[in-house]
Amino acid sequence: MKSSVITFPGSNCDRDMDVALNKFGFKNKMIWHNDIELPKSDLVVLPGGFSYGDYLRCGSMASKSKIMQSVIKFANSGGLVMGICNGFQILVEAGLVPGVLLRNKYLEFICKNVFVKIGNKENPYFKNHEKNIFEFHIAHNEGNYFCTNEQLKEIEDNNQIAIYYCNEKGQTEEQFNPNGSIKNIAGILNKKRNVLGMMPHPERMIDQSLSGTDGSIFFKNLINNIK
Amino acid sequence: MKISAIITLKQDVLDPQGKVIHQTLDGMGFKDVKEVRQGKYFEIEVEENDPSKAKKLVEDICKKLLANLVIENYKIIETQ
Repeated sequence: MKSSVITFPGSNCDRDMDVALNKFGFKNKMIWHNDIELPKSDLVVLPGGFSYGDYLRCGSMASKSKIMQSVIKFANSGGLVMGICNGFQILVEAGLVPGVLLRNKYLEFICKNVFVKIGNKENPYFKNHEKNIFEFHIAHNEGNYFCTNEQLKEIEDNNQIAIYYCNEKGQTEEQFNPNGSIKNIAGILNKKRNVLGMMPHPERMIDQSLSGTDGSIFFKNLINNIK
Repeated sequence: MKISAIITLKQDVLDPQGKVIHQTLDGMGFKDVKEVRQGKYFEIEVEENDPSKAKKLVEDICKKLLANLVIENYKIIETQ
């Protein structure tokens, strides 16, 4: 399985993602944002970081970069595109998933482990999981998911909410919402469910001695689903 | 000519920065402030000298990059 991780100026989770993908069996290539052609890939990942210093709006500049034309084409033809954290912000700015990510409700940069619950298992990212609740890491300043009421209705009708913030028991009350996101949304799919944007970083949870292993479970399952 | 654009958050979008500024103003003794909403201001110099064409160009720029229309509105002002 071939994957491509796009590096934008200011990306800083691109190499972690590279390590994670290679560890679980992907043959990963790092792609520079100024490249035009996307190599043949089974999965394209937009990594976390602070592309273009978060100027204007997080992800707005990166969403207009040269490689994104190819990424958008790839996504529109059904290719799997996953955006993590800043990658999620780039996806919303590119219009590949609905909504936007606003400044966290309490104006804090949040860096901690959170629990998330799977909202939709009928997609390549979360299908076949025995577990419903994962412990992932979040680190962001703009993760407050927002969309219009019409968009929210569409998202819910199409079952596009991939993961919700919750506690270790999977309860999704407002108190387990770290950043003010509508409906505790931590990750969202596009209509065709081949594009996933999420704030949590599974690539930071791939080693027990460093953090945890729920990311390992995520990536192992992902590659098995794609094969 | 110079065209300015003001980008503001739509009314139903939470603006925590504006809220904090309001609270700070309140603490400073500015008790008559009802609400503060923070936005962005851009000055754009374009080659075009026809005001309506220049505004149209900046409007296109606002739609495609400067504003995210899910949460923001834009207003264009001719400055020169």
